[in-house]
Amino acid sequence: MKSFTYERADAPAEAAAAAMRTPGSRFIAGGTNLLDLMKLEIETPAHLIDVNRLALDKIEPMSDGGLRIGALVRNTDLAADARVRRDYALLSRALLAGASGQLRNRATTAGNLLQRTRCPYFYDTNQPCNKRTPGSGCAAIGGFNRTLAVIGASEACIATHPSDMAVAMRALDATIETVRPDGKTRTVAIVDFYRAPGSTPHLETALEPGELITAVTLPKPVGGTHIYHKVRDRASYAFALISVGAIIQRDGSGRVALGGVAYKPWRVEAAEAEMPRGARAVTTALLAGAKPTHENAFKLLLVERTLSAALAQARA
Amino acid sequence: MVKVSFKVNGQARALELDTRTTLLDALREHLRLTGTKKGCDHGQCGACTVIVEGRRINSCLSLAVMHEGDSITTIEGLGTPEKMHPMQAAFVTHDGYQCGYCTPGQICSAVAVLNEIKAGVPSHVSADLTARPHVSVDEIRERMSGNICRCGAYSNIVDAITEVAGRKA
Ligand SMILES: Cc1cc2nc3c(=O)[nH]c(=O)nc-3n(C[C@H](O)[C@H](O)[C@H](O)COP(=O)(O)OP(=O)(O)OC[C@H]3O[C@@H](n4cnc5c(N)ncnc54)[C@H](O)[C@@H]3O)c2cc1C
Ligand code: SF4
Ligand code: FES
Ligand code: FES
Repeated sequence: MKSFTYERADAPAEAAAAAMRTPGSRFIAGGTNLLDLMKLEIETPAHLIDVNRLALDKIEPMSDGGLRIGALVRNTDLAADARVRRDYALLSRALLAGASGQLRNRATTAGNLLQRTRCPYFYDTNQPCNKRTPGSGCAAIGGFNRTLAVIGASEACIATHPSDMAVAMRALDATIETVRPDGKTRTVAIVDFYRAPGSTPHLETALEPGELITAVTLPKPVGGTHIYHKVRDRASYAFALISVGAIIQRDGSGRVALGGVAYKPWRVEAAEAEMPRGARAVTTALLAGAKPTHENAFKLLLVERTLSAALAQARA
Repeated sequence: MVKVSFKVNGQARALELDTRTTLLDALREHLRLTGTKKGCDHGQCGACTVIVEGRRINSCLSLAVMHEGDSITTIEGLGTPEKMHPMQAAFVTHDGYQCGYCTPGQICSAVAVLNEIKAGVPSHVSADLTARPHVSVDEIRERMSGNICRCGAYSNIVDAITEVAGRKA
């Protein structure tokens, strides 16, 4: 690990300002992704700003009937919150399907959204990777890419976003609240949060340098049956090959977001009009224009079948 | 170098550490509490599991300086060979190990798992999210999935935890 200096921040705006003051700064929350990558020298911050003491660990009701989730709420606490279990069960389910009990006890809402890809070549510093070393090439294209993206990828990068929680957040129309180093706050809808890889796969989100996530908000509950189906190589403690997050209403209408298929949780609102016609129709619309590799083409059928299972479960 | 103080197994400790020192290395290399094991050093095996402020975490993925003021319990703090914690005793009774390398992490995790179930934290296999979770083999297996045992002592580990859970109920 490269050496770094360390400070503890006491207030959100102060943390953001501190990030601009010291070049090469990064925030550290749970540390479960950042520290892992620092050990491999894939991340090499010169300065860490510990945000764990910021008072951003509360889940609060909002006047519009929604919920504000502090950036530092731990994944365990979010999944276990009574309001989330009752009104946003998809979010609880997605969180509980991720990582392990130990990791969820540390992992935070903001850190989870910002965790980096699990592309095996991103982790292997002997291999070219445009995300890790811009301009070096992409070892995954033409390499072992069974786990990688089938849609939304570019000539430069075919990585997927690994978060389960983000899939639920996308289906629930979450909004991200931030504070910038100049003290100004803003909100970014999750649909606009993740950047397409294009020719700059190292730029992953809409966040500006030093911008701190303070909360994630959810609109008022939409009802329906909430289902999160995650398909993986072992039954627990493994990342998704694909996942389906669905909210299905009595009349057969609903929402679907996918994990494990793209650089972001994949949702196409127009495809949801096909819900009453069944899983094949929805999947065809949702994954129109997919460009799978020969190793990961199975994901298209896996999505259809997993969605089919979710629809059957909702009907039962 | 930075200063950090925390409580380990009830005892106040003050250290001066390189910022890069993980909680795991602080425990093992600086405090000589070598019960906590380093398996993967990347959050993938659970051998380094300790209990911080009542919650189990992977000590390999946490910096020691991030734990200023925290109370940490390691396997040494749960019990001693003379006065074992009920979970330690149950692992012995049920042969919940072979080489023993994963065992301190398994035991710390198991103790915390039973508290999580008691506190009503749901899991991936809880059928009804709004109901209180209860102890079952499926629940224990899912909740313990963050602790890998290379020797495959899983079924005896589940038996040990089940016994302690039953005794508590
Ligand atoms: C073995 C293993 C298995 C896993 N399995 C899964 C899985 O199945 N599903 C899944 O979804 N995840 C999985 N994870 C990933 C885990 O969910 C993430 O590591 C975790 O959510 C990251 O949160 P954190 O708070 O620890 O982030 P950190 O590591 O602290 O930070 C991650 C990034 O976010 C930035 N950051 C943190 N907080 C803020 C903030 N408030 N504002 C701006 N930037 C911020 C940091 O600078 C850093 O770049 C796994 C991880 C491991 C190690
Ligand atoms: S797919 Fe993206 S992350 Fe993976 S090697 Fe290619 S550039 Fe790197
Ligand atoms: S050593 Fe920490 S999880 Fe493996
Ligand atoms: S007893 Fe050997 S690794 Fe578990």
